[in-house]
Amino acid sequence: MSTLLQVKNVTKKYGGLTANNDISFDVDENEILSVIGPNGAGKSTLFKMISSFTPTTSGEVLYRGDRISNLKPHIVARKGIVRTFQETTIFKSMTVHESVVVAQHLRAKASLAGYFWGSKTAQEDVAAFGKYADELLEFLGMSEISDELASNLPQGNLRALGVAIGLATDPKVLLLDEPFAGMNHDETMSMVGLVRSVRDERGVTVMLVEHDMPAVMNISDRIIVLNFGEKIAEGTPSEIQSNEKVIEAYLGSVDDEIGM
Amino acid sequence: MLNFSAKQLVGVGLFLFAIFVGVPLIISATGRWDFYFTLTSVALLAIASAGVWLTFYIGRINIGQGAFALIGAYVSAILVVKAGWSFWISLPAAGLFAALVAILIGLPILRLRGVYFAMITLVLTQVVTLTALALPITNGAKGISSIPLPSGVSLFGIPLIPDFAAMENTKLAFYYSACILMIVTYAALYRLVNSRLGHLCRSMQQNEELASSIGVNIAYIRIVIFAISSFFGGIGGAMFGSIAQSVYPSSFQVADSINFMLNCFLGGLGYVVGPMLGTLILYFGWDLLFELGEYQLLVYSIILIAVIRFLPNGLLSLRLGKGDQK
Repeated sequence: MSTLLQVKNVTKKYGGLTANNDISFDVDENEILSVIGPNGAGKSTLFKMISSFTPTTSGEVLYRGDRISNLKPHIVARKGIVRTFQETTIFKSMTVHESVVVAQHLRAKASLAGYFWGSKTAQEDVAAFGKYADELLEFLGMSEISDELASNLPQGNLRALGVAIGLATDPKVLLLDEPFAGMNHDETMSMVGLVRSVRDERGVTVMLVEHDMPAVMNISDRIIVLNFGEKIAEGTPSEIQSNEKVIEAYLGSVDDEIGM
Repeated sequence: MLNFSAKQLVGVGLFLFAIFVGVPLIISATGRWDFYFTLTSVALLAIASAGVWLTFYIGRINIGQGAFALIGAYVSAILVVKAGWSFWISLPAAGLFAALVAILIGLPILRLRGVYFAMITLVLTQVVTLTALALPITNGAKGISSIPLPSGVSLFGIPLIPDFAAMENTKLAFYYSACILMIVTYAALYRLVNSRLGHLCRSMQQNEELASSIGVNIAYIRIVIFAISSFFGGIGGAMFGSIAQSVYPSSFQVADSINFMLNCFLGGLGYVVGPMLGTLILYFGWDLLFELGEYQLLVYSIILIAVIRFLPNGLLSLRLGKGDQK
């Protein structure tokens, strides 16, 4: 497997606070990689730097050898690295179908003026967007809620909508921000299945930030563990589960004085 | 191209018939010739309001349209009086100049959101007024007066637009010109909102972060929209100056900028024709309340507050369905 994304010595400082310190790892093509860690470990910050929503203080992120950090989010999206957000970040007053159509912006062939005058290319685009939206929603099992207003959807569907919007851009790498948060067991399992099929059937490399350990262990090929902004471990789920540093970070270190 | 349903076509047809045939008939029957000037003003202010409405569409409150209307009025007046251009060429030039200024001003200020953007735009009108007072080319406080009426336009000897100065009834000519301009503006606005650019605007209005994550260059779209918005402002202002045959630094003031915004609120931000209806009602409403004398402003304000309180989505929300009739 070839390396798709490289995070090289990335550091982020907010004033005196170091959110990420000298983090390096590679993401292979077609893998599902999770970033885990206790609250405040710097997972979200790392995601923001990869998608250029915030600049790095030092270090860089490379995609197929090209730097993608410290650019603008829309430029990184154009290169095929697209992030999703937690559930509140959606187009509230659009329907599911409309959201997915709008999200196909990067697939547009006609110019904005072409759309205004209704040129032939623009008409073809519009037809293609609608068709692809139908296909995508069917793939995600969301056809039934296609005409539902996003603000009326329950949480589980909102997450799926977030993934649908991300997928509509035709990404190479999809960054999912806590896709299982607040879900019950069944919802989590169906989301796990969905993320897997995104990778298996669409060839999208997936990176996710998540707290739900059973889901992470289930879905990930590899896991990166952050604690206090440092990378403390990297490996397969079984390696991570038996890693002492990780157990320490999650459960606290053994206190000699009181013998615990 | 506009993809209207049959019902909408009937609505548009009735509307066009009403303003081009109905209004002149009513006015000649009642002898209220002053209504021509009122309705012409409404049409032109509605063009400027359409611009403000468009900036609302990308989630920005624009209280600076008066600035661009004033810029448009001055540019047209200067081109006609000092450079001897035909008014009809100075009209798009005025719009383009206003759009250019909007791009230069917009680059820094469009990064701001919410009340911060609104506050900056509120200052713009005053800045342009003061600039007009200071610059030699605008004649300071004296302004530019006795602007000639629009001359005729002919192409290969075929008269396209008659010479206004040779006309007996310039009021009617101005009324028709303003209405045609307004209809073109709203047709363009309707088309824009229902094309891809409009969809991108909606995505930005609802969530800028998500919009940029799907690859929308939000900074670019914001500038494009602000420029189009100001183009409308410039066109409306230029025509206004031509009708009044004069432009002064006080031709458009902060209060006018606020009115442009109120027109949009009153008509409804969710409807393309919202600002048009809002302008008509706000302008006429003020005139109708004239007989109340000193209570005019009080009653007017109470009605406005009541509308905004009870019809937060504007007057058009009274209609069932989506108000996409042009």
